Amino acid sequence: MNPELQASAPPRSILTIPEYRGLLSWVSSVDHKQIGIMYLLGALFFFVFALTEALLIRAQLAVPENTLLSPELYNQIFTMHGTTMVFLVGMPLILGLSVYFTPLMIGARDMAFPRLNAFGFWVFLFGGFLLYFSFLAGSAPLAGWFAYAPLNEKAYLFNTGQDYWVIALLLTGAGTIATAINIIVTVFTLRAPGMTFQRLPLFVWMTMINAFLMLFAMPALNTALVMLFADRQLDALFFQTGQGGSALLWRHYFWFFGHPEVYILILPVFGIISEVIPVFSRKPIYGYGFLAGSTVAIAFLSFAVWAHHMFATGLGLPVYYVFAGASMLIAVPTGIKIFNWIATMWGGSIRFTTSMLFATAFLIQFTIGGLSGVAFAAVPIDWQLTDSYFVVAHFHYTLLGGMLFGIIAGIYYWYPKMTGRMLSEKWGRIHFWLMVVGFNGTFFVMHLMGLFGMPRRVFTYPADMPYLGSMNLLSSCSALVLVLSLLIFIGNLAVSLYRGEPAGDNPWEGWSLEWATASPPPPENFERVPRIRNRRPLWDRQHPDQPESPLEAGHGAGEVLS
Amino acid sequence: MNIPSPLIPASSQARDLDQLFQVVLIISVAIFLVVAGLVIYNAFRYRQRPGDALPKQDHGNHRLEIAWTIVPLIIVTVMFLLSVRTMHLVDPLPLDRKPDIDIVAHQWWWEAHYPATGAVTANEIHIPAGKKLLFRITSADVVHDFWVPQLAQKIDAVPGQMNVAWISADRPGVYLGACAEYCGAEHAWMRVRVVAQPQAEFERWQQHQLRLPAAPTSEQASRGFHVFMNRPCSNCHRIAGTPAQGRIGPDLTHLGSRKTLAAGVLANNPGNLAAWVTVPQQYKPGSNMPNFQFDPQQLKDLIAYLKELK
Repeated sequence: MNPELQASAPPRSILTIPEYRGLLSWVSSVDHKQIGIMYLLGALFFFVFALTEALLIRAQLAVPENTLLSPELYNQIFTMHGTTMVFLVGMPLILGLSVYFTPLMIGARDMAFPRLNAFGFWVFLFGGFLLYFSFLAGSAPLAGWFAYAPLNEKAYLFNTGQDYWVIALLLTGAGTIATAINIIVTVFTLRAPGMTFQRLPLFVWMTMINAFLMLFAMPALNTALVMLFADRQLDALFFQTGQGGSALLWRHYFWFFGHPEVYILILPVFGIISEVIPVFSRKPIYGYGFLAGSTVAIAFLSFAVWAHHMFATGLGLPVYYVFAGASMLIAVPTGIKIFNWIATMWGGSIRFTTSMLFATAFLIQFTIGGLSGVAFAAVPIDWQLTDSYFVVAHFHYTLLGGMLFGIIAGIYYWYPKMTGRMLSEKWGRIHFWLMVVGFNGTFFVMHLMGLFGMPRRVFTYPADMPYLGSMNLLSSCSALVLVLSLLIFIGNLAVSLYRGEPAGDNPWEGWSLEWATASPPPPENFERVPRIRNRRPLWDRQHPDQPESPLEAGHGAGEVLS
Repeated sequence: MNIPSPLIPASSQARDLDQLFQVVLIISVAIFLVVAGLVIYNAFRYRQRPGDALPKQDHGNHRLEIAWTIVPLIIVTVMFLLSVRTMHLVDPLPLDRKPDIDIVAHQWWWEAHYPATGAVTANEIHIPAGKKLLFRITSADVVHDFWVPQLAQKIDAVPGQMNVAWISADRPGVYLGACAEYCGAEHAWMRVRVVAQPQAEFERWQQHQLRLPAAPTSEQASRGFHVFMNRPCSNCHRIAGTPAQGRIGPDLTHLGSRKTLAAGVLANNPGNLAAWVTVPQQYKPGSNMPNFQFDPQQLKDLIAYLKELK
């Protein structure tokens, strides 16, 4: 854009694009960018509920034998917190960034199936509404987000909350499968000329592999949900142990979905980290091939580890060998990633923007969650610590300290692209430091609670249990800091939309294709797709003296590409 | 009282589990220090400074990358082998051994049978100190999990399935535990106490559990006996040698010999007992025992009777 023109006209922003004006342009949209943003806003909407629930949980547990919440209500709250965070916050954050950036990063105009894309979003949103409607319909579900049989059956939970849970998850599950197919087809068919699989940005690599994971994992959940619904409504006997059904069958189904699911939540975040760290270190990603390949390895392994959620169910030692071995193996490809990211930073010239700060904290916190995960793969350790607060600490380190920190790194990185405005770096830093303190204060101590004998999912704990009172109080106070940091983040997102610095096309000197177009991109994405001759299509433009060679980028020399 | 922590093991199983945990902890801390150290070193050493030249554009090094594939592979292989070893130490095959204790988990209390003698108890499981016992566990309703961290591995109580595990205590004492698998409203108050006693004391306890309770001694207690039998109490609870043969709630034959009420909610004393039988829904909301309307005299009689069930 002509610099003089830019100075006189109001800065380009999401609010000034004529095609994106008015509510109708959004609700009727099949534009992947609008759908992506709506996914993110939907996630934010449900995140506020989940945060409120988290605060209620921490308020109830702040002191022993608290009577603030009845057990009935507490159980609804923690069930809704878990279900919301996984299905209505984590998934739409992942899907939103995936459908927004996949077409942009491969130089496509939109997703392969724009209407299917919109369908995926709307069933997610209404599925979420339906889940929350259960509060008004009498009772929210209260069997936990994993809803183990036979507690999830009518014999034990007569209220309708569990039925709403089933239908809501079926809806969001159907939408996820639709979007997964859409992402796979988009990446396979709509890459711009020259964008070979060897040159695909790592975010797209990981999003694509993730789509395969969703495609194969979600049906297991949907199947189990239909079986549960048949049990509850038609008196089928799949999981009703009293009549010969199997309690463990549900767990096999659930975790056959559930363990890939946790990788579904983290793989695209690995992609974000693989974009953010190189750009802010001013170096190419270290070991592109190992990073992409290790993701494929994780995807395969993730389907062979589900029974590590069942080490205390009496499946027997031979079964445990297999699942312990496979679970520990996952540490290897994950470790490769961590070391490759560290090597990317090594020798770089690192700009510690807020995005990079979050990516750095991700590396450290995710390592803690990963190491405690390996500990859980050791069956005997699991025999002590599973279903204790140690496991609550573990998965919050992976999902909050890992996934959410990574997503936030991505949002600070891409917000300028999505809105045309920069987020405030000053408030970003305050957000970052408060969040690091709040997060670690809330969750690190939970390792110790587990080691001091506190089971998870309890609405209270005895007053005479040593240390638990003070540890829980520390955790609850830190949770306030954590929530404060997130409020600052939400405020930053809102205020920067109006007051943020104009972003320009490429504020971070990024080199993947999304930075080659305007911020925010026009509805058609690109006026002209740049020539893609290597992994960093925009690098040559910024550094004509040090062009990226196609050979170094891992591609055969001499191939002519346009 | 003992802290129910896996870090303070009081049996050979728990000690083996703890040792593996220590080893894995040391390995994990070492790995963490390497990773965090490198990240923090990078952050300070390679922070952008004004006038920085463009860094060397380094695309990777297969040899290094293979190294940090193989080293973790070796580490997890070692951890896997250590785990297998500990699994066999903690959970040896029971072969033909009959279980010493049969535990049935209920929403939200524990029932324990001693098949050798026929003794029955609830929520407070006695074992002889210094002896390795095999227990068998199942559930009467939903999935529960028996977790007494100082004495045994955690094991699920799955309806329709029998699981077995080993339990022992080196020294006499009271060891605390709880249900670790979410099982509904009162999951938090499904606590368990394991009382390890010297062998002779344990035998005496077991013999005592087998004894039928004496007939009520005072007139008040015998009125209380009739209250118990005529009100719904006897539908759910059993008192050996009486018409009360309910199997839904805990066996009360030797209620007075237990330290707590309602799986750990209240200390067992006459005042608490009176409060509990009147408004259990206040102390354990959601539990299967409903509130009852007793007139004050009936309540006093009932407590007088229950007090005698030592």
